[in-house]
Amino acid sequence: MNALHGPPAPSRASVVHSREAPAVHIRAILADVPDPEIPAVSVVDLGIVRDVSAERVLITPTYTGCPATHAIEQMIRTALDAGGFGDVAIETTLSPPWSTDWISDAGREKLRAYGIAPPPKGAGASALKNAQAAECPRCGSINTEEVSRFGSTPCKALWRCKACAEPFDRFKCH
Amino acid sequence: MDSALPPLAAYAARLGDDSLILGQRLGEWCGHAPALEVDLSLSNVALDLIGQATHFLGLAGAIEGAGRDADKLAFHRDVMDFSNCLLVEQPNGDFAQTIARQFLFSNYQALLFEQMAQVKDERFAPIAAKALKEVKYHATLASDWVVRLGDGTDESKTRMVAGLNWMWRFADELFVMDDVDAAAIANGAGVDKAALRAAWDARIDAVLAEATLARPAARRPIVGGRVGRHSEHLGHVLSAMQFLQRAYPGANW
Repeated sequence: MNALHGPPAPSRASVVHSREAPAVHIRAILADVPDPEIPAVSVVDLGIVRDVSAERVLITPTYTGCPATHAIEQMIRTALDAGGFGDVAIETTLSPPWSTDWISDAGREKLRAYGIAPPPKGAGASALKNAQAAECPRCGSINTEEVSRFGSTPCKALWRCKACAEPFDRFKCH
Repeated sequence: MDSALPPLAAYAARLGDDSLILGQRLGEWCGHAPALEVDLSLSNVALDLIGQATHFLGLAGAIEGAGRDADKLAFHRDVMDFSNCLLVEQPNGDFAQTIARQFLFSNYQALLFEQMAQVKDERFAPIAAKALKEVKYHATLASDWVVRLGDGTDESKTRMVAGLNWMWRFADELFVMDDVDAAAIANGAGVDKAALRAAWDARIDAVLAEATLARPAARRPIVGGRVGRHSEHLGHVLSAMQFLQRAYPGANW
């Protein structure tokens, strides 16, 4: 997204001439805001950003108790302010609840490259299973096993690759 | 029960208090669990529960409209104003006792939130729908451990049975209905908890059968948490949880 639209406008004055332009610029800014726990992906990649208009950014938390929720809001605030969008509001919604299906394909690739097995798509149908073997993000083997259903953050489980012997995180299907 | 709260706020506070106190209890395991993976599990469940509590207590404060937010309700109420069920304030005991408590509670909460996600009220339903995904995980985790401990060694089985026996007396309270529940249902926010009992029994019995455990014998249920009649345990939970705000009122960072 950022590559398509270039760097954010230096000031708001230059972008207020059309109704669509601010939202496009805001999206470009948000595409550079990393998730504080998994900085390889942005808040847009993760599907945390639900809607963007010239007036407000609508975000949703991943997990109800995720401690990064406040940090994410602050980082978005800082980025918007720096981009000249100081009067764009940030609103939070719980509904519909966040799903790993909202993680973009680009986001999934970034997770894999970062060493986290991305969640399978179709979370709604198999939200609890996570039974399907994860693909090792290092060697690609599916000869893997779950070590712990809960990992270092609410959104991840701990897995181990039996082929290359590396432990790895798996983004939980949610 | 906090008599100052109007019925719908009291309903939200009960939901929030259940999650808050159980989350605080599970937090006591942090750094003490039998294995690192278990430590992570219990801490993650605690985090989910405290997230729920933040939403439900925040809602209780908003409905009350007296300027109290989730933190104010969590840290500036005394024991008799808490309306959590007695089950969640029971001591952790050993790991099996903690799992017994989680097993009974998370299976109840999953059924409750499945129904609450469908209510008309647009404040309660989204919180329940959001939390439900997490609670199903909690129920699965606890059920897995009941099977593992119950169908494990003589020692683990003995402990699992003892844990279930401890917690069993507090299960009936989960399904008790009163005026606050009736008001919530009338307002399109509440769930008929009594109607959840049959499904809960079926879930519990299925896991106990897999764990080769007998259902604990029925005993006189102990109730009262919803109206502020708590065991001594809750005061001790609060003394740890509320220490900072009691020592330094209004402190923040």
